[in-house]
Amino acid sequence: MSLWEYANPVKFMRTSRALLPWFWGLTLVSLAVGLVWGFFLTPEAENFGSTVKIIYVHVPSALMAINAWLMMLVTSLIWLIRRHHVSALAARAAAPIGLTMTVIALITGAIWGEPMWGTYWAWDPRLTSFLILFLFYLGYIALWEAIENPDAAADLTSVLCLVGSVFAILSRYAVNFWNQGLHQGATMSLDKEENIANVYWLPLVITMVAFGLLFVTLVLVRTRTEIRARRIKALIARERMG
Amino acid sequence: MELTVENLACARGGVPVLEGVSFTLKAGQALLLRGPNGIGKTTLLRTLAGLQPALEGRVSVPPETMAYAAHADGLKATLTVTENLAFWARIFGQRGLGSALEDFNLTDLAHRQAQNLSAGQKRRLGLARLLVTGRPIWVLDEPTVSLDVASVALFGQAVKRHLQGGGAALIATHIDLGFQAEELDVTPFKAVPRQMDDFDEAFV
Amino acid sequence: MIALLLRDLNLAVRAGGGFGLALAFFLIVVVLVPFGVGPDSAILSAIAPGILWVGALLACLLSLDRIFALDHEDGSLDLLATAPIPLEGVVAMKAAAHWVTTGLPLTLAAPGLGMLLSLEPDAFGWQMLSLALGTPALSMIGTFGAALTVGLKRGGLLLSLLVLPLYVPTLIFGAELVARGADGMATATPLMMLAAITLATVALLPFAAAAAIRINLR
Repeated sequence: MSLWEYANPVKFMRTSRALLPWFWGLTLVSLAVGLVWGFFLTPEAENFGSTVKIIYVHVPSALMAINAWLMMLVTSLIWLIRRHHVSALAARAAAPIGLTMTVIALITGAIWGEPMWGTYWAWDPRLTSFLILFLFYLGYIALWEAIENPDAAADLTSVLCLVGSVFAILSRYAVNFWNQGLHQGATMSLDKEENIANVYWLPLVITMVAFGLLFVTLVLVRTRTEIRARRIKALIARERMG
Repeated sequence: MELTVENLACARGGVPVLEGVSFTLKAGQALLLRGPNGIGKTTLLRTLAGLQPALEGRVSVPPETMAYAAHADGLKATLTVTENLAFWARIFGQRGLGSALEDFNLTDLAHRQAQNLSAGQKRRLGLARLLVTGRPIWVLDEPTVSLDVASVALFGQAVKRHLQGGGAALIATHIDLGFQAEELDVTPFKAVPRQMDDFDEAFV
Repeated sequence: MIALLLRDLNLAVRAGGGFGLALAFFLIVVVLVPFGVGPDSAILSAIAPGILWVGALLACLLSLDRIFALDHEDGSLDLLATAPIPLEGVVAMKAAAHWVTTGLPLTLAAPGLGMLLSLEPDAFGWQMLSLALGTPALSMIGTFGAALTVGLKRGGLLLSLLVLPLYVPTLIFGAELVARGADGMATATPLMMLAAITLATVALLPFAAAAAIRINLR
């Protein structure tokens, strides 16, 4: 019994079918608890009023936007090294979810930014990094869509994910450097976690866990879809061969 | 230099097309691959030339011993005939062009740009490239497309000379090339789709 | 491998517009910007380093899809892949040829075009240095992108999308180097980062690009 048995599509389909209801349940419960607690049961912040509560969507989605890419990196590596198709398909399944999380983080950030700093957008290092992450996701997904041969697509997107990861880290560093250089003193800090009061902290942790569960659930669902789609493609190809 | 292929299987677009392909090609010998369109002759030749991995099986010699020529000749329109040949000679680490121009009757065209050649002349130039690679095994995919009768004869002589010099040739073709060669029909090697009851790791 | 470099340069010259095309495009960008932002030389001189870098980047993007597309169409890429020189070497030479036909002329033309944009005289040297250091990375990263999309029919736009985020660090450090150099600030960090990016991409990306080409030729 090794972990790699789950890389077998049959085994994966069977296990994920059994697990999915549990994941859905846990996701919905934790989301409900975290969001209701965060939105309605926490006091309003002294300076910012109720706007601060968007943190319960903003921070978890930003967290998952990065984690989705990390997951794609790991699954891409597994595909390149061990050639498990489920791994490649899981990477493919995670990308649109990561993209969505990135967009949610950007939009909620903009909505939050307006009352906080009086602007929807600033070329703050973090904001810029997320915009770049957004572009990475777009390119990665577009490459998957563009290539006909599924194995070649898995290989090429994995190579892109690997190279992209290095450049993403480099970009993060570069962007930090760049903004300090051009707008000294004008940078706005998003590091609210440190000075966040305890009343806000616990529901935030719960929503972070909830978004993590939501991500895993969606990845499972989408990977199952990708496996089925891949299976159909293989059957059609075989049919054509006669 | 003897090429032995054992139990080779190859795939096109992820789908197996040929399996269990086995044959031997000795020095001085030519082997003609026959079979209907779409059976996988091109895939087999590309696999042998090292352009794509084999699904299974064994090939006795590395791709570095083979000179591959397919439908596209790899010619640059703005380079002259000599420049095109000289480029490939240098890439393959050979000095000079040897008799490549004479053998394919290209001497008169030596300084003409490739874009001003006819289809048949381009093809002859593409085949002349084989002579400047210095590699013992020629792997040719439909080499006589757009060649006239005289040019096919030129090509036949070039292959014969190559064989006499200890080379070998593996040629996928539908026509008679005018020299003695064994034939191999690849139709019996057509891959049989495996029956599967359930989802399977390979998906195919 | 030198033969390949020479052939590609030869082809670029004979096809016409090998060197000229990138330069002409660069010129267009530089000429259009003042019409867009106004003739105020204070503004222009402030944004000049950025414009020159963005221009170099766009000129690069424009020419990327030709790196492998032609060789793929006429079968040369298949033949090069079966040739005795390693595919990594082929990729490196392709990138080098691309740099000589785009990055190098842009670097050399930078002072003249910088003048049009009221670039401060102090910054000329920095501008040339940063372009000279950074454009090889642009060519190499672009070659990697071209390798990923080599078999695709409509690869052009996809290629730009793939390559754009990869260009961000080079662009940032390149423009930053000029801005800091012109202001007399410390330039060690951007200078070293730019050089490091170029060296690392030139050393490592040929392997990734060659792997991508092998996958695409299968």
